[in-house]
Amino acid sequence: MMDTQDYIIRQVSIFSENRPGRLAAIAKAMQEEGINIFAFSIAEAKGFGVVRALVDRPEDAHRKLTEMGFMVSFTDVIAVSMRDQPGGLYEIAKMLGDAEINIEYSYAYSGRDAAVLILRVDQVDEAINLISAHGGELLKAGMFS
Amino acid sequence: MPVEDLKKQQFRLLKTLVYRLYSFSPFYHDRMKAAGVHPDDINTLEDVRKLPFMYKRDLRDNYPDHIFTATQDELVRYHVSSGTTGKPTVVGYTRKDLDNWTTALARSLTACGLGRGDVIQVAYGYGLFTGGLGMHYGAERIGATVVPASVGNTERQIELMQDLHVTAIACTPSYLIHLGETAAKMGVSIKDDTSLRVGVLGAEPWSEEMRRRIQDELGIRAYDIYGTSELSGPMFTECSEQNGIHIWGDLALIEIVDPETGRVLGPNERGELTITILQKEAFPMIRYRTGDITVMYDGVCACGRTHPRIGRISGRVDDMLIIRGINVFPSQVEHTLMGIPEVGQHFQIVVDRKGSLDTMLVRVELSPEAFSDKISDIMSIRQKVGAILRSSLNISPGVELVEPGTLPRYEGKAKIVIDRRKI
Repeated sequence: MMDTQDYIIRQVSIFSENRPGRLAAIAKAMQEEGINIFAFSIAEAKGFGVVRALVDRPEDAHRKLTEMGFMVSFTDVIAVSMRDQPGGLYEIAKMLGDAEINIEYSYAYSGRDAAVLILRVDQVDEAINLISAHGGELLKAGMFS
Repeated sequence: MPVEDLKKQQFRLLKTLVYRLYSFSPFYHDRMKAAGVHPDDINTLEDVRKLPFMYKRDLRDNYPDHIFTATQDELVRYHVSSGTTGKPTVVGYTRKDLDNWTTALARSLTACGLGRGDVIQVAYGYGLFTGGLGMHYGAERIGATVVPASVGNTERQIELMQDLHVTAIACTPSYLIHLGETAAKMGVSIKDDTSLRVGVLGAEPWSEEMRRRIQDELGIRAYDIYGTSELSGPMFTECSEQNGIHIWGDLALIEIVDPETGRVLGPNERGELTITILQKEAFPMIRYRTGDITVMYDGVCACGRTHPRIGRISGRVDDMLIIRGINVFPSQVEHTLMGIPEVGQHFQIVVDRKGSLDTMLVRVELSPEAFSDKISDIMSIRQKVGAILRSSLNISPGVELVEPGTLPRYEGKAKIVIDRRKI
């Protein structure tokens, strides 16, 4: 059995009101701190949104944004390398679906070597074991720092 | 009745009331003692000024029935309205109290030119709110036919109005405008396609501009009505002159006082309406400070009635809001939010009028501890806050969760209400 902890990535989640300039404020803070953003997404609802980001120094990002008055939390996610061709997403989604593991949300970015799928699932350890057992390539948390 | 005779009657009733309360009401007995006044000191009508004032907070402090001077088996009804915090205001009525209330409204509706043969649609809420049931019994008393439509379902209200040949409607002025607009969308002209000729409108602030608009667009006469649940409910209206609301002198003694000093003001001086209900058995009111700002008119009305008149209510002494006819105190909102751990203590109330209907939005800061990365969690917090506010305020406010620390902090007198309504 592999150590699943190695593959659990700390995502920074930020609550933001839905008004102009909020993302700019977050991005500017990251620039000032020299923090690199690998991937991010915005989930929006009526009147507010949640900005989710994978960064190279999550602790520093958390501290800086909290100092600025933002509401910030860490969330455990996993990152899976996908084949960058038709069917790549299907393979992973089907695997998790068949195992009754629910994807709460997900976003993707096109990495240097492959497409990367970020997943927030309800059973993290099971998902990690399942994906690696099927030969899927999980990115280690260390790759982001 | 000549003015002098009316005043003599008022004095007799006041004297009787004061003796009764001094003898039988622990609350009023203590109040009078503390103010150093004895019933023997009340020898003219003006001596009412020696008596202490009563405030909304006295009602809260004596929740639910410590001021009542009737036993439970003498009560035939309760009505309940919003309080300033937590506890609501409960008003109990004896059979005689209901009878006097109904009499007040029967006279008022008659003064609006209504009577036997009229069909009156009561579109105030029925239930704990006094508007619906109060108007209902007043309208029945004058022999009119009542359509107890209550609130909501505007299209059905319009259908009933047409099919039952409704001649008068009792509702809030903003709702009547909304009804007219909805009718127009349905291809119905209130002016040409219905028998409506009178509106008895109140429970919220309105203006002469709104009156003109309603009268012109709907082809009716629109009359202002006044009352609060503490007094019994809606009781007093304008007469056909549309020049002030007649306050029936044998039922109520009114004074206009300086809200700061309590000094009694003269005719045409603007101040806080203070009312003594002269014949009330269950829940007596002596010099109750209504919080409503108005003036008392000088002289006798052209209609011939000698009962005193007050002008349109022009504002509030406190920060009470009236939203769709429902009274809302910011302190109630604060009190309610304090009981919800997912949100902070700072909040803001934004009141607006969309079309012709009032909207209320409560903006509150999400607590950092309650922040979840999942949108659905935050949505359910918002739903929860909305549901709790709805059950405590009796209206459905919108809720906006904002970032912590972003709502303005005020020192001293908080100004937490943004009212964008143009009335």
